[in-house]
Amino acid sequence: MSAAPVASAPGAPVEPPRADGVPGTWTQALLLSRYQLRDYLRARRFVLMMAIVAAIGAILTFVLAYFHGAGLTGSSDAFYGSTWGGGVYVVMIFSGIIFGGDAIAGEFQNKTGYFLMGLPIRRTSVYVGKFLAALGASLVAVLFYLAILVGNGAYYMGAGAFPVTLLESFGIALLYLLALLGAVFLFSSMFKNSLYAVLVVAVLFLFGFTIIEELIVALVKIEPWFIIDYARPVIAYPFTSPLPAHVVTSTGPRGGTTTTYNPTYAEGLAILTGYFLITAVAGLFFFEREEFT
Amino acid sequence: MSPSIEARNLTRRFGAFTALDHLNLKVEGSKCVGFLGPNGAGKTTTLKMFTDLIFPSEGEAFINGISVQADRKQALASCGVLIETPEIYGSLTPREALDMVGGLRGMDAPEIRERTDRVLDEVRMTEWADHKIGRFSKGMKQRVNIASTLLSDPMVLLLDEPSTGLDPRGVAEVRDIIRGLKSENRLVFFSSHLLSEVVDVCDEVALLNHGKLLFYDTLANVTGRFLAGATEVSVEFLEPVPDDLARGSIAALPGVQTWTRQDPQRLTLTIAGGPAAKARVLEGLVALHKGLVAFKESRSALEEVYLSQVTDGESA
Ligand SMILES: Nc1ncnc2c1ncn2[C@@H]1O[C@H](COP(=O)(O)OP(=O)(O)OP(=O)(O)O)[C@@H](O)[C@H]1O
Ligand SMILES: [Mg+2]
Repeated sequence: MSAAPVASAPGAPVEPPRADGVPGTWTQALLLSRYQLRDYLRARRFVLMMAIVAAIGAILTFVLAYFHGAGLTGSSDAFYGSTWGGGVYVVMIFSGIIFGGDAIAGEFQNKTGYFLMGLPIRRTSVYVGKFLAALGASLVAVLFYLAILVGNGAYYMGAGAFPVTLLESFGIALLYLLALLGAVFLFSSMFKNSLYAVLVVAVLFLFGFTIIEELIVALVKIEPWFIIDYARPVIAYPFTSPLPAHVVTSTGPRGGTTTTYNPTYAEGLAILTGYFLITAVAGLFFFEREEFT
Repeated sequence: MSPSIEARNLTRRFGAFTALDHLNLKVEGSKCVGFLGPNGAGKTTTLKMFTDLIFPSEGEAFINGISVQADRKQALASCGVLIETPEIYGSLTPREALDMVGGLRGMDAPEIRERTDRVLDEVRMTEWADHKIGRFSKGMKQRVNIASTLLSDPMVLLLDEPSTGLDPRGVAEVRDIIRGLKSENRLVFFSSHLLSEVVDVCDEVALLNHGKLLFYDTLANVTGRFLAGATEVSVEFLEPVPDDLARGSIAALPGVQTWTRQDPQRLTLTIAGGPAAKARVLEGLVALHKGLVAFKESRSALEEVYLSQVTDGESA
């Protein structure tokens, strides 16, 4: 029998957690993520994701070959700054949608929640476990993309052209992925409907945020530090020197001035971290209060 | 300690509609309790609150004295749950799914292996142990669900219509499994529409109607308390029974209140006066020499009680 006797009489205040053999919150989350990741890697959607990355990689390889390096193969920073710094977020958005869109919503829609939630497990563990699995599956896709890039880079610039700046940029990209998945999970948890979650994330991250950012800059004329897209160029900062000026004021042909903003390095990191923390907490907040009706 | 579940003022409203109305129920000890009620009575709603799938509007649910609302993890640690027909991740196999369940419940690897073999055998799924669940039929999935519920050999079992979707053999097997569970230090609380199943395996029954508990008592007390009146008996003869015989000799037997015809050979009689009256009627029917081949109550005692208590059977 896995249960330990309970001493409290009915009605007595609930005892503090006792050692009863049920693993802790994090252990359960990690364990759940292992099986969830296995489920992802075996499912058709994983093949789909890999096909998307392969297609992006193929187009990129073709363009580089056709245009003899497209002017990017002079330095590894220029090469990775464009292909990785400027492109990995697309891979991440696709993988976030594919692996995260229904992660929470699916538990409600597909009744898998009835299976998991009947177990002695905190909702936090379920949420975190599913998050880690989506993160793991996305990383597989991202690493596949990186492998394609490194292959191309080695072809044009030699095997030694693997800059340290790439590692730094990888770290920032990871932060972007966390923020993105945080948002995907938040919508997935809020809507309890994977289609809505996927649509909202796709619209926002593929172009919605960009439009909002431009509108804010053009109309309200303030720094759009609260839009995640604003922070995205920071992924390429390790390859960029010097960094773009924070505020750029230019005078138009008719004398009017326009102001554009670039995030500082620290600001970019703070925005990404902030998005991750806020969406994670908010998503969890919703999930804790949601009912399996 | 003996296993227990308790609902204290457990209430759930959906908008203006009250699905469960101040349920106060304490079930304690090693026994099997049938949870009955018409469609929409609130059985699933109750069990969902016992497993923290939905939240009460009022009141609290306890498993082994631990409040589910205050600490779902602790409360469910000693409890196996099966609500509706859950789906398991389709690309996992039953063995993997049970591995996951065992791991999450804190069982160690050898224990998981041993219990997995045992429960998969109990639900007759051993030969499917390493096939992907996604392609299973509904009944096969439900068998895996039952296996997962039993895996940790829990003290308390909460089952919501466990035989949903199973074939007749599956229904019989689940009945045997539940009967087998009864022996040890275990409380089984399960909702069912199959009264014969409940009579067969349960010691006690609770009846819910329109979100209110009508009674919770032992099977014997329930039938004794509610079945003072007439019972309906179906009789069948080898030869056709003409109307005048029915109207005359049969209707005149002491205890027979009414008769209705089903077909030339079969009649339905209502008999008042308990077992003694029934025995006298049976003897009288045999004495007609029409070849009496069957004499049986058209409904079980529990069915009589159910039908007398649940007057408007349709959901609210
Ligand atoms: N999410 C919900 N929103 C609104 N009403 C609900 C919801 N869930 C359940 N109900 C209502 O609560 C009542 C009780 O439903 P419940 O599922 O508990 O019945 P039940 O006793 O399990 O019935 P059945 O025997 O058909 O399974 C029903 O009238 C149902 O319509
Ligand atoms: Mg139900």
